[in-house]
Amino acid sequence: MKHKIKVKVNGTVYENEVEPRLLLVHFIRDVLGLKGTHIGCVASKCGACTVIYNGMSVKSCTMFAVQADGGEILSIEGLAKNGQLHPLQEAFWENHALQCGYCTPGMIMSAYSLLETNSKPTEKEIRKGISGNLCRCTGYVNIVKAIENAAERLNK
Amino acid sequence: MIPKNFEYFVPHSIDEAISLLEKYGEDAKLMAGGQSLIPLMKLGLGFFKNIISIERIPNLSYIKEIKEGGVAIGNLTTHSMIENSDLIKSKYPLLAEAASAIADVQVRNRGTIGGNLCHAEPAADYPPVMVALDAKFKVIGPKGERTIKAGDFITDIFTTNLEYNEILKEIILPIVPPKTGGAYLRLCKRSGDSAIISVASVITLDDKNNCETVNITLGAVGPIPIKAELAERMLLGKNLNEIRLSDISEKASEAAEPNSDIHASKEYRKDMIKVFTKKCLELAINRARGDGIQNETQN
Repeated sequence: MKHKIKVKVNGTVYENEVEPRLLLVHFIRDVLGLKGTHIGCVASKCGACTVIYNGMSVKSCTMFAVQADGGEILSIEGLAKNGQLHPLQEAFWENHALQCGYCTPGMIMSAYSLLETNSKPTEKEIRKGISGNLCRCTGYVNIVKAIENAAERLNK
Repeated sequence: MIPKNFEYFVPHSIDEAISLLEKYGEDAKLMAGGQSLIPLMKLGLGFFKNIISIERIPNLSYIKEIKEGGVAIGNLTTHSMIENSDLIKSKYPLLAEAASAIADVQVRNRGTIGGNLCHAEPAADYPPVMVALDAKFKVIGPKGERTIKAGDFITDIFTTNLEYNEILKEIILPIVPPKTGGAYLRLCKRSGDSAIISVASVITLDDKNNCETVNITLGAVGPIPIKAELAERMLLGKNLNEIRLSDISEKASEAAEPNSDIHASKEYRKDMIKVFTKKCLELAINRARGDGIQNETQN
């Protein structure tokens, strides 16, 4: 049986009927057409599908869309405002924190969640904060630099 | 990676959840945060006709002191709440250590202590800690509430003492006497991996630094947590000046007969129990004596 759900994504309210087995990541990408959230392993390991759900980072491949009924989601598309990149996006760009870019949306959403709770994280805290996100280009050094830099920009 | 279809129910009270369990019997499965269950369903290793999502039942997510002393934790409390709770960090540091060792931030934001315990995975981090702390589980079913000791809760791999129509409602941690220290350490290859072996210990000292109570519990080396009773006995009643932790750790490693698998051989596991039991006891004893700042542990 399909379930009616109402979810607010990046400020817009969507109402849809979904099968209970529909994963949140498929809802975001295929039903809403927001392709910024990536699908990596679909096994709760890589973190490419990370979004912010009710203020907390979650792996959207390990949640059913029906579980998000009544909730609020922020995905990578919701970060830039009025054509202006979010400080995290700018810092990733300027610090060369990506090569292929596949992990980047999830990495940025995890970093976003970290900086929401800890505005001045140490390098160790940053590494722990993004330990649920894998980068196969081994670009962690610059990713950590970018998050440190984004924290500085946000604290200005 | 797309699970078979299922019916989905969202009860808003424990009574409603229990009546759904009664109605659907063996075809029903409770889901809390779903961080273990959803991966199983996606891999086709678990199929359940009726998923009963209990995460919308109010007032089951809390960490609070109880008047008899001790702390009560609601079944829907997330690992993140536990790892960041000042109350847990100060009174039961080993529980905070176990919570922060689970997977990664995103999983800890969704995963719950009740779900983790009921899943009863042999390498899970909470079960040995619960046994070492002598926790009690409040369980509710159609006939009312009953209490199960942590040591009796998990009975086999992925199997608990719960009846099909019962729900784990609350975890009760006993009062911590003065001069008590505890620690939880685990070995894993990469951050977020399951434990290859784990050790939880809780020690209470008397005024003269004799070991008044001792708990050493091993995790991930058998279907259920293993209490290293002979090792405990070597410490019990002894003064800290007259013990050799390396002997006790050696004895602890004899308590388990772990399997060899892709992650580690049986021999390696037994060796690592020795190493980690020693470190774990040192940390617990330091904390019991109140020596300086609590050491930061590796997760």
